[in-house]
Amino acid sequence: MPTGLKFPSASPKSRRTNRRLAADAGLLFVAAAFALPLAWVVLSALDPQANLQVKVPDGLTLDNFDAVLKPDITFTPLLNSLILCGGATLLTVVCAALAAYPLSRFRSRLNRPFLLTILFATCLPITAIMVPVYALFVQVNLIDTMQGTIFFFAASQLPFAIWLMKNFMDGVPKELEEAAWTDGASPLQSLVRIVLPLMGPGVAVVTVFSFVMMWGNFFVPFMLLLTPDQMPASVSINDFFGNRGTVVYGQLAAFSIIYSTPVILLYVLVARRLGGGFALGGAVKG
Amino acid sequence: MGLFLAGPIGYCAYIAFTDLQLTGQAQSSFVGFDNFRTAFGDEAFLNAVWLTLVFTVLSSLVGQNTLGLALASLMQRASKPVRTLVGGVVITAWVLPEVVAGFLLYAFFRREGTLNAILDWLHLPSQNWLFTLPILAVSFANVWRGTAFSMLVYSAALNEIPKEITEAAEVDGAGGWRRMWHITLPMIRRSIGTNLMLNTLQTLSVFGLIWVMTRGGPGGRSQTLPLFMYEQAFQKSMIGYGTAVALLLLVVGSLFSLVYMRLLRMEV
Repeated sequence: MPTGLKFPSASPKSRRTNRRLAADAGLLFVAAAFALPLAWVVLSALDPQANLQVKVPDGLTLDNFDAVLKPDITFTPLLNSLILCGGATLLTVVCAALAAYPLSRFRSRLNRPFLLTILFATCLPITAIMVPVYALFVQVNLIDTMQGTIFFFAASQLPFAIWLMKNFMDGVPKELEEAAWTDGASPLQSLVRIVLPLMGPGVAVVTVFSFVMMWGNFFVPFMLLLTPDQMPASVSINDFFGNRGTVVYGQLAAFSIIYSTPVILLYVLVARRLGGGFALGGAVKG
Repeated sequence: MGLFLAGPIGYCAYIAFTDLQLTGQAQSSFVGFDNFRTAFGDEAFLNAVWLTLVFTVLSSLVGQNTLGLALASLMQRASKPVRTLVGGVVITAWVLPEVVAGFLLYAFFRREGTLNAILDWLHLPSQNWLFTLPILAVSFANVWRGTAFSMLVYSAALNEIPKEITEAAEVDGAGGWRRMWHITLPMIRRSIGTNLMLNTLQTLSVFGLIWVMTRGGPGGRSQTLPLFMYEQAFQKSMIGYGTAVALLLLVVGSLFSLVYMRLLRMEV
């Protein structure tokens, strides 16, 4: 947009510099607006008297972290999150690898319809199916069980994981496997021994991405789990509002930070690998 | 082999979507289309449809899309440290868990929150945003959270435009806006299409963000379809009705999904 501005100084070089400065200014303004809510969480977590405003803390303290770092507030929910997301991620990655392999390696008339179905499924709003899934889970007695929730998590994440996995797998050359086949390896053996090790970074991306998506998901465990002891962090964070009486914003902020840190770190880990495109490598390129 | 392996997996992915019809019928087969008839005669439902429309248009079509494009094109000519900083902040907002994002923006928009503090400081009238304009507040929240995606899509698209073309246009004397309108936009129109589609689908299924910020209130004034569905099915225990609403939401989602696939096919 700064290109719309007219700068009277004629030389192309200074014009370019001006343009860059204008772009920088515009971006910094937007960044400031985006950063305000983030600043709140960081400052409040360190503030003994946190309220809802961004403000300079009245002295720094780690009391808020101290207060929330207790088994029932932090560790149990985080452990639950870990079990849920870890289990579901494992299931997703294994199933995605098994499904992507034939899609990537064998020509079949079913490939195209299958891929299109997957793409279609990737786009559906998961929120919409939660009510029927709840009803189904009640009937088959999976409601309020970890394994049921893990299973559904994995099922909901699978379409995209398969899609992503197939794209990475397509990048692994076929010759090495053919050599293995002549030596008598079965397709499953060549998948596990040759293809997956060669596409290590791709597998890592699928794993991390699935994990991050589920870690932040609120609605699925909110609907499918009932017992407070089983709640993952995404749901238990609600307790800071309702059940514990008055809201202690500092503690809420501290908990938010503890809860968010793992996914941000994981994201940073894979972001470089995916370049700028991240999730799009799979979804947009077709 | 393909079938044998893909079959069960396909079924996993598939069951998530078919059980909808199974339970939908099990719950509502006795009433036939009554649920749908009720829905279209229900003012609360129509209100939710309207709010969903407002929410989607404001936050996804206008907000995320335009802001994402603006950021991406500014980033093309910004200096590197600024680019990194802005990218970092915007993407952090995107990566944060949904509920945390909800809290942050709840704090931002509350009566005692940051926004009003800033407005006071600027001597502008402040108000209780979550009460007076809840749908606007949650739309902004969704823009805050979702813009990173558009920004990434458009950055990738803009990087693929050959430099020579824009430079040639510049030499011919086309100003910034004209270059944007006549060259850049037509060249990235497929990315625009897919991005709009994915944004819309994302936005249709937003639940946690609104739930945390307003619970759909006050008085249903930020109750989009997912929240309406939840209220009917669980707070009022009308699972059949809730499922009917879910089905409608799913149909809308499927339509978008199909359009999206058509767009992709054009590209492949």
